[in-house]
Amino acid sequence: MLAKRIIPCLDVKEGRVVKGINFEGLKDAGDPVEIAGVYNKMNADELVFLDITASHEKRKIMIEVVRKTAEKCFIPLTVGGGISTIEDIRQLLNNGADKVSINTPAVRDPRFIKKASSIFGSQCIVVAIDAKMQGPGLWKIFINGGRTPVEKNAVLWAKEIESLGAGEILLTSMDADGTTDGYDIQLTKTVSTAVSIPVIASGGAGNAEHIYRVFNEGFADAALAASIFHYNKLSVPEVKEYLMRKGIPVRI
Amino acid sequence: MKRIAILDYGMGNLRSVQKAFECMGSRALLSDDKHEIESSDALVVPGVGAFDDCVINIKKSGLDKSIVNFIMSGRPFFGICLGYQVLFEGSEEGTERGLGILKGNVVKFRHAEKIPHMGWNTLELPERGISCPLFKGVKNGDFFYFVHSYYVDPMDKKSVSSWTEYGERFASSVFTDNIFACQFHPEKSQDNGLKIIKNFIETVK
Repeated sequence: MLAKRIIPCLDVKEGRVVKGINFEGLKDAGDPVEIAGVYNKMNADELVFLDITASHEKRKIMIEVVRKTAEKCFIPLTVGGGISTIEDIRQLLNNGADKVSINTPAVRDPRFIKKASSIFGSQCIVVAIDAKMQGPGLWKIFINGGRTPVEKNAVLWAKEIESLGAGEILLTSMDADGTTDGYDIQLTKTVSTAVSIPVIASGGAGNAEHIYRVFNEGFADAALAASIFHYNKLSVPEVKEYLMRKGIPVRI
Repeated sequence: MKRIAILDYGMGNLRSVQKAFECMGSRALLSDDKHEIESSDALVVPGVGAFDDCVINIKKSGLDKSIVNFIMSGRPFFGICLGYQVLFEGSEEGTERGLGILKGNVVKFRHAEKIPHMGWNTLELPERGISCPLFKGVKNGDFFYFVHSYYVDPMDKKSVSSWTEYGERFASSVFTDNIFACQFHPEKSQDNGLKIIKNFIETVK
């Protein structure tokens, strides 16, 4: 049976992890390669690196991080942030990324999704949606890291993403993100049932029950979390044990 | 020194596969050179992407004949994902003919809620799998990483070395004489995947 995936996400700026990491025994709490190794040992199902480097010049550092991580971690690695050209995608994939996550350029030019997925295959093109609620059952999308609203309905956009050939959707609720009060179940459920490609839920995880609920009620295929794992509030194996007890298929 | 070649036909996550071999102590060589491929001790054909693109790329450079020659010689062959699918006669995904080394076709999932089948799923090992040297140390119910929308329906069900359930039960690997080919990605399946790669290296003489 296909397991529900638990995916830690690392925010990386100029080659350093930004949100504080609180694992015991880390030599360098800011080193994404070392942290990726820890998550790999913990049986995380995949890893996401989000590159929040502002300057284009310094993006090459990320390629080096990906290359070094992929030397040691034999689980799927997704890289998002700042990817705007086919060449960006090619470089990341050639250096060991398995998937790339794109947002702003996909919204600005949806043909980019089609082009990228036809060149590299759907399996490695993840489209990220940042959604914010506008009213009951209505979500609008934002680009540029949540700064710029776009007149697009999140659910319709998700369907369009699917039809353009993306292999997966990374769905972040801007309302829930950072609250640790739980995922936006309604948003996740609405998007996940509207499309037939997998949906990764993101934003709001504060405890294991939140993750259980986003699978059980939100029909997410995978759950992404950052701070609860980084601050060691909860470990990946603890979450998986909790889910298993609740009857959710996980990889132990 | 064992000479293991990884077929480089311009597609797929070749570097990941190569790294997994390196991690298990074997320097596998990426190659698109017919002579180099046909004279190696073992051949690995990885692949991600679309069936037709894969077949076209392989045939364009005449590498299809090298694959066939290699397999006919009886030396160990390892197909991964598309490198598994192209061994068969054709695919519902495209119009190109496969290599036709094994009988059967590649078909689309019909009963799955989500496509692609993406993530970690388990293997059920029939007799052929339990006795397969590549599954040494792998148990029934072990997890492997999958990402695909089409699956192989081999004519020879006895060749199936593992089954996996995703809406329907499909052949997630086959093992026959010198061919081992699987739908999952050993190079992305952590320790379980590395075991298979290590076992494969050990079968190479």
